[in-house]
Amino acid sequence: MDDPLIIAGREFRSRLITGTGGAANLSVLERALVASGTELTTVAMRRVDAAGRTGVLELLRRLGIEVLPNTAGCRTSAEAVLTAQLAREALETNWVKLEVVFDEETLLPDPVELLDAAERLVADGFVVLPYTNDDPVLARKLEDVGCAAVMPLGSPIGTGLGIRNPHNIELITARAGVPVVLDAGIGTASDAALAMELGCSAVLLATAVTRAQDPERMGAAMRCAVEGGRLARLAGRIPRRFWAQASSPGL
Amino acid sequence: MKAQVNGTFRDLADGTSVAAVVSLVGAPSSGVAVALDGAVVPRALWEKTIVPDGGVVEVLTAVQGG
Repeated sequence: MDDPLIIAGREFRSRLITGTGGAANLSVLERALVASGTELTTVAMRRVDAAGRTGVLELLRRLGIEVLPNTAGCRTSAEAVLTAQLAREALETNWVKLEVVFDEETLLPDPVELLDAAERLVADGFVVLPYTNDDPVLARKLEDVGCAAVMPLGSPIGTGLGIRNPHNIELITARAGVPVVLDAGIGTASDAALAMELGCSAVLLATAVTRAQDPERMGAAMRCAVEGGRLARLAGRIPRRFWAQASSPGL
Repeated sequence: MKAQVNGTFRDLADGTSVAAVVSLVGAPSSGVAVALDGAVVPRALWEKTIVPDGGVVEVLTAVQGG
């Protein structure tokens, strides 16, 4: 079935965006990425240091996976805009996963700074994919300033708590005119499937795969979950009923 | 003169270019970007951009994350 994900005019066969954070080493990361079937993956921008924490770009190039730089670690709009501009310069892409978080304990997006940064980056020619709260109003405002997708959290980054407010996610997908990508909080395959059943166009996750006991197998599980959830959404689920309804003919 | 390079104060010769600072920190040949005093310096301008006394230089690359 031909059902590509389309963001800003670019087509992807996979609806899973697998982040690179948290993998024990590049070899584990490579196997997990391949098993997940992802075509787009996030990287962070950090100072060049003596430890030479590089190699991830070469890996992604070899695997033919597109790079989506993030602005992780930024607390203000100004920091995020500069980080995005540096990423564009370093990686020759105008795509950015925009993250502007309020504090280290929750890593929740700061909505005021996020919206401001989104507006500035869109004006500067970026394809902006903002990591946002599961807030339908904020999602709408991000779309209105020109974001190419909106990426609401299921629960805080790295918690694996799944989708804490499925109704909010459904409110977002029901009204969005751009792809909705469930980003953050995925713990296991059923969370990813649920995101797709709620109408999300894709799922972005990292920790759930990279820190699983077997990252390669979990990558494969997430691929299947996203495909299954998408098929179920398109197929249309049965209405929930209070009383039983026999599926065999009466005697 | 002194400049701050990736958070560390360093003594640099007068007239040191951004390109020289990039090789000083051992940056890889691709996938690198530089900010000088909070603004991006495009790669094409690294050779001719001189780091001023007290300048703040950030040399970034992509790492695993997100």
